[in-house]
Amino acid sequence: MKTLLKGGRVVDPANGRDGDFDILVEDGSIQRIGKGLPVDGADVFELQRGWIVAPGLIDIHVHLREPGQEHKETIATGTASAVAGGFTAVACMPNTEPINDHAGITQFILKKAAEAGRARVYPIGAVSIGSRGDQLAELGEQKNAGCVAFTDDGRPVATALLMRRALEYARMLGVPIVNHCEDPSLKGDGVAHEGYVAARLGLRGIPGEAESVMVERDISLAELAGAHVHIAHMSARQSLRAVRAGKERGVHVTCEVAPHHFTLTDESLDGATKYDTNFKMNPPLRETADRDAMLQGIADGSVDVIATDHAPHHIDEKMVEFDHAPFGIVGLETAVPIVFDRLVHAGRITVKRMIELLSVNPSRVLNLPGGRLDEGAPADITILAPDLPTTVDAAKLVSKSKNTPFDRWPLRGGIAATIVGGKVVYRNANAD
Amino acid sequence: MTTSAETPTAAVALKSRHLLGIAGLDADEITLILDTAEAMKEIGGRAIKKVPTLRGRTVVNLFFEPSTRTRTSFEIAEKRLSADTLSIATATSSVTKGESLLDTVRNIEAMSPDMIVMRHASSGAPHLLARLCRSTIINAGDGMHEHPTQALLDAFTIREHKRRLAGLKVAIVGDLLHSRVLRSNVELLNTMGAHVWACAPSTLMPSHIRDFGVTATTSVDEAVDGADVVMMLRIQHERMHGHFIPSVREYFAMFGLTPERLRRAAGDAIVMHPGPMNRGVEIDSAVADGPYSVILEQVSNGVAVRMAVLYLLSGRDSMDPLDVH
Amino acid sequence: MPLVMDADRMARALTRMAHEILERNRGLDEIALVGIRTRGVPLARRISRSLHDINGDDVPTGALDITLYRDDLMRHAVGPQPLVRRTEIPFSIDGRKILLVDDVLYTGRTIRAALDALIDFGRPQGIQLVVLVDRGHRELPIKADYVGKNLPTSLKQSVQVHLQEIDGKDEVLIEGEA
Repeated sequence: MKTLLKGGRVVDPANGRDGDFDILVEDGSIQRIGKGLPVDGADVFELQRGWIVAPGLIDIHVHLREPGQEHKETIATGTASAVAGGFTAVACMPNTEPINDHAGITQFILKKAAEAGRARVYPIGAVSIGSRGDQLAELGEQKNAGCVAFTDDGRPVATALLMRRALEYARMLGVPIVNHCEDPSLKGDGVAHEGYVAARLGLRGIPGEAESVMVERDISLAELAGAHVHIAHMSARQSLRAVRAGKERGVHVTCEVAPHHFTLTDESLDGATKYDTNFKMNPPLRETADRDAMLQGIADGSVDVIATDHAPHHIDEKMVEFDHAPFGIVGLETAVPIVFDRLVHAGRITVKRMIELLSVNPSRVLNLPGGRLDEGAPADITILAPDLPTTVDAAKLVSKSKNTPFDRWPLRGGIAATIVGGKVVYRNANAD
Repeated sequence: MTTSAETPTAAVALKSRHLLGIAGLDADEITLILDTAEAMKEIGGRAIKKVPTLRGRTVVNLFFEPSTRTRTSFEIAEKRLSADTLSIATATSSVTKGESLLDTVRNIEAMSPDMIVMRHASSGAPHLLARLCRSTIINAGDGMHEHPTQALLDAFTIREHKRRLAGLKVAIVGDLLHSRVLRSNVELLNTMGAHVWACAPSTLMPSHIRDFGVTATTSVDEAVDGADVVMMLRIQHERMHGHFIPSVREYFAMFGLTPERLRRAAGDAIVMHPGPMNRGVEIDSAVADGPYSVILEQVSNGVAVRMAVLYLLSGRDSMDPLDVH
Repeated sequence: MPLVMDADRMARALTRMAHEILERNRGLDEIALVGIRTRGVPLARRISRSLHDINGDDVPTGALDITLYRDDLMRHAVGPQPLVRRTEIPFSIDGRKILLVDDVLYTGRTIRAALDALIDFGRPQGIQLVVLVDRGHRELPIKADYVGKNLPTSLKQSVQVHLQEIDGKDEVLIEGEA
């Protein structure tokens, strides 16, 4: 099977490539990248003027909910949502039911992903058994089964000692520990960012320091262990400050920010969307200074990765009192339009930087294949349409769940097509 | 106060079909409610404490949090207006069987009540209902957010004694962090031009208290000094578990309203409390039962104010269900 | 707008009615006046003063707000509620002869509401009705005992009563075509 991607602008920062190139894909791999390649019996995929050919985007923070919570999402619907969002691969979190703390669960997930045949799935396993924080899970076995990192996401790694041991052990295995940084006692039963908006609305607050206190702890421990810690869904300016300081000292720390944390603030909890649970997630939407700090970090390189923390929830679960609604929003299908509209077109970053944040760095952080376009490598390619008008329609999301805060947002930028292993697994009819 | 003037009957309205909080009301609307409450208060002085105004209307009191005082006050207000009233306390309802809030209310709505008065432990619960249900919703207290009829009856009481609200120094002392009475009162008093001094131990002060437009202090002497109104809020004993205060003894010593502390207030100051009181914790019995206390008046004014709210919101039948303020 | 009563005429009508009240009731024993808000109230006070001038006695006078007793309150699909004012009847009406006072008698529904309200206050010996203007078109079997002026009108017309105490001058105007 031969396909010729013809007429696009290839932006491949890892190879220092940015220009008009054709790409010949054959039997699932990239055969050739060059100018004016001959058709030679291939199916021609004619790319529009302005479309960008990028190494497949990778979302390293996604909740696929299977096994156990299939009413919210399944691996099939989640990976379908991923490719509709332009992602050729996702790393999935272990807080399923049962928790992915055992090789059997990892194997189940990989099997389901292969059956679905859409985006690649790289499981992230639990650090501790049941993510309860008492005992290390069998990280070695899990890595052999296919886990690419470990986290107790949903919760922080419970104690400093456990985190230290996990970092040391993971270093031996050559994988990072990903941490959901949050001091449980400071978080308490908070449901929103501790600030004026929460005070006004009578919502229990979670201060930014609940996150940064643990970020600082984990950077110290990563330094002690000589290991790699990756800070999940960073949201507070104090956290970013700590990450910058850690990097400067030479600690192996990386961090990710989700689109809602550089786009929205806690003001969304008031006004037209007062108490709307589509704006409830953890870490919460913070104040303007935090959002602006995230934007700054994305622009100046302190932030390594944009990852969505895609967290589907059934509408019955979200349509309740704010206090009782589960934390989380979906994000796979809105990430690229938001990044284009709010970062690239707003002049904050270049397309090159965008691809670093969404492809190059995610692959680097988790040591995943991809993040670059090499001859001979599997053809995981995302075709971006930077000027495509994309109005978010919650009802039409491919994901099983529709809990997005961006419903009806008119955005500029989207996906034209997603190719995994040489196969076009998603084609945007609106882009043609 | 304008009611004694013989001006022609003008139809003036509340803009929203719900009462979700003071935050949605402007000064004119607040004045309308207080003026109407004056007329309603007179009914409570009659031998036959009833008018036929809401005859045939059904009002459901849905109390997800226990409350004797507020619920009774609403019930009496509804009955005085001749409405058919029904109170549901959730301990005995389907909620214990795991029914969601929305389903509970939708089931009640299927029996066509005209208005729902709701108290709930979660901030924003009335807003959820106002967005998704058909009835007129009156918020009788939601979580830590607002308790609008309490603020209105407080304002009514203050106005009765002081003839105005603008320019008064009002000291509010107590657990401000968790108090919906504080938030509603601050909103109302600021709108009406009063000056609020908010006083609490640092641990019980909301972190952005100054953004509320009040003067914040941890000194009760400073707060009470020259105050026209001293409003004491409850300290719950549970606050010792969250490390907010070490003991009620220390709280009373540092923040309790004693006759000595009260002497710093204005000569004609009034002492208020939304109840229920913890005697010896936030307020000394001598003050609570003393000549400056208007605490029991607050309770009786509560009926008049709630009658006014019920009356003013009763003219609205099913309108745009997305009308939420 | 045609003027049907000027200040002079109004004053004379009120004085005449005061005399009629005294005559029919053979004095002021047990008599009390209750004005219906809004304009019935100053009228009641004026009649009270007239009665005092003629007879020497003080007649207890009260003000009644009938808004909460109206039968048309809840019938509007959308709309603000009329403003409610205080009722002030600082005396017992039990056993008294109550003179209800209003400016214009029209359909009779206001008077019906006033009767309902009064009955809630006690058990008067009797109720008589005093109106400045009777414009006809009764919808209920209500009759005025004392009338300042009979004013035949069509349904398309409206009658405006202005009083010094409220509007700055005394006059009765008719608006609209016959």
